Amino acid sequence: MKVTYPHMGLMNLSAKSLLKELGLEVVEPPPITERTLNLGVKHAPEFACLPLKINVGNYIEALEAGADTIIMAGGSGPCRFGYYGEVQKEILKDLDYDFEMITFEPFQGSWSNFLQQFKFIFKHLSWWNLWSAWKLAWTKCQLIDEATEYTNRMRGYAVKPKLVTEVYEVFLNRIEDIHEIEKLHSAIVEMKNQILDLKIDWQKEPLKVGIVGEIYVVLEPFTNLNLEKKLGEMGVVVNRSIYLSDWISEHLFSTSVDSEEHQKIEAAAEPYLEHFVGGHGLETIGRTVLYNQDDYDGVIQLAPFTCMPEIVAESILPKVSRELDMPVLSLTLDEHTGEAGYITRLEAFVDLLKRKQGLKTGGQVI
Amino acid sequence: MKGYLGIDVGSVSTNLVLLDEEQEIKEKLYLRTQGRPIDVVQTGLEELGEKIDDLDIKAVGTTGSARDLAGVIVGADIVKNEITAHAVAASNIVPEVKTVLEIGGQDSKITILRDGVVVDFAMNTVCAAGTGSFLDQQASRLNIPIEEFGQFALEADNPVRIAGRCSVFAESDMIHKQQLGHSMENIIAGLCEALVRNYLNNVGQGKEILEPIVFQGGVAANEGIREAFAKSLDAEIVVPEHHDVMGAIGAGMLAQEAVQEKEETSFKGFDASDFTYEVSSFNCDGCPNSCEIINIHQNGELVARWGSKCPRWEAV
Repeated sequence: MKVTYPHMGLMNLSAKSLLKELGLEVVEPPPITERTLNLGVKHAPEFACLPLKINVGNYIEALEAGADTIIMAGGSGPCRFGYYGEVQKEILKDLDYDFEMITFEPFQGSWSNFLQQFKFIFKHLSWWNLWSAWKLAWTKCQLIDEATEYTNRMRGYAVKPKLVTEVYEVFLNRIEDIHEIEKLHSAIVEMKNQILDLKIDWQKEPLKVGIVGEIYVVLEPFTNLNLEKKLGEMGVVVNRSIYLSDWISEHLFSTSVDSEEHQKIEAAAEPYLEHFVGGHGLETIGRTVLYNQDDYDGVIQLAPFTCMPEIVAESILPKVSRELDMPVLSLTLDEHTGEAGYITRLEAFVDLLKRKQGLKTGGQVI
Repeated sequence: MKGYLGIDVGSVSTNLVLLDEEQEIKEKLYLRTQGRPIDVVQTGLEELGEKIDDLDIKAVGTTGSARDLAGVIVGADIVKNEITAHAVAASNIVPEVKTVLEIGGQDSKITILRDGVVVDFAMNTVCAAGTGSFLDQQASRLNIPIEEFGQFALEADNPVRIAGRCSVFAESDMIHKQQLGHSMENIIAGLCEALVRNYLNNVGQGKEILEPIVFQGGVAANEGIREAFAKSLDAEIVVPEHHDVMGAIGAGMLAQEAVQEKEETSFKGFDASDFTYEVSSFNCDGCPNSCEIINIHQNGELVARWGSKCPRWEAV
């Protein structure tokens, strides 16, 4: 059995770790490129959103590389993501690929149902193996998120933000080959120290921008044209509202829906949106309000074209923005990859925030 | 005398403006880009260079979608996005402006200012209906000079309703209405109304449009669209005298400021039009991103390079 999974940001690092530790052979799809996108666009329905298209491209490239088993997450609620596993399976079957597709449905309160899905892995494995493989992968996932958050913050203070990116990328390369939890922890400490050794200007008052929106395009730099890095290298402190580790605990274990954090988001969104609209539509509104409370200068919403939950949020955001007096930029992402248009909007948005912050910048007269 | 040069290289037009120290417009050039930004910037420089001889260029700024490219060719002191450049120009020419409507060749945008500061903006994202290129195309399809296109709309007695959400469908809707026998005037007026409706829905979505409203960009010359805006917003629409070159004006103003900090201009001189430029590209095979790297050569020497996602090809 040669297992594969779709790409989503840095998810592959922890996914590969988990599956390998479980003794499975992993055939990872090649990194997302124009070809991946072209394959997806060619075979997926036109009005499906970008994540589905790129998933399909990933699978085709992985199957070509010899994979025979695809692991995919399922979902519930109004977002179409819930049936993507099935749709993708049908698309690939129509293309005559020979493979198994395993769709993990969310936990939804029943351990036995949830664990049933792992049967194929369980066959040869002890509970202990499963637990330790999970623990390692889960630690990797959380530490990668921590490192990303740290990098996104520090770029705003670094005299040369590009150097921060370099240190971060070295860390990501290293982490793949680490198989002990203690070593993972020391790797991140080392990364933070290396960043602190760079020239840091703590006197600087960088702009702070929060990123909200649909998880796939927020996490996957190929689709958001490396937004975090671009903003960071313009000297902006970036905070992402959602990380892979949040999504896993929320999605697979349905834990955080009742968590304190989530209630805070719901309460923040409540004046504008009172109920779940699928995906992260509610979180987009709630987090935007919370960013405002945390004195952020602005928020950028990322959404794939035709994403229903984010369309709901997008239509509410102008009101939120007006009432909170905080600029919000909505960017819709699709298969069109011309960067120039996005850069224009980003630069203008940063100009606007700088003006608002009262800084003198780039010799602007307004 | 000191002069400040602003260059806006857009999809449809390339504009050059020369400002004096009081930000008065001394010269302006409106050229068609015709898909050849390098050639047209050089032609523009040459033409401008011939018109002025006693002027000392103190700073130059570029904007528009080819701002980086133009910046390399002329040696810009500042390269600024067109949203900011347009807002700068509008607020200098109409100081109390609260809303800027801008329709260019490929993009349309709205900028909201309060007390002279940009507080919000939006730009068309997923649909390009309601931009200059589309109007241009319709005018040529109907065999009407673009300058007279708007005039037709004003003569309509009963504008027909055109579906303006998408330019392809707007065109087929226009053709259907034509085949039913509607007059050209009514169809064109209907198109103007549809474009304004589309603009306000898609671009102006949810924004508070307050007066004074400035309308700029090439399309502001179109009386039909102006009229449709005035009707739809029930407000007076101010079209600045140099509405078609506002981006270049803004770039010139920004350059004037930028050079005060820099102290010396990087302007390569009007002779830059004599240089030969060559553009080459290749796909980097350093990693699976396979970025398409663009090299800009000036007289055989590499002067700029872009397109890479990593620092590998950054140094020039």
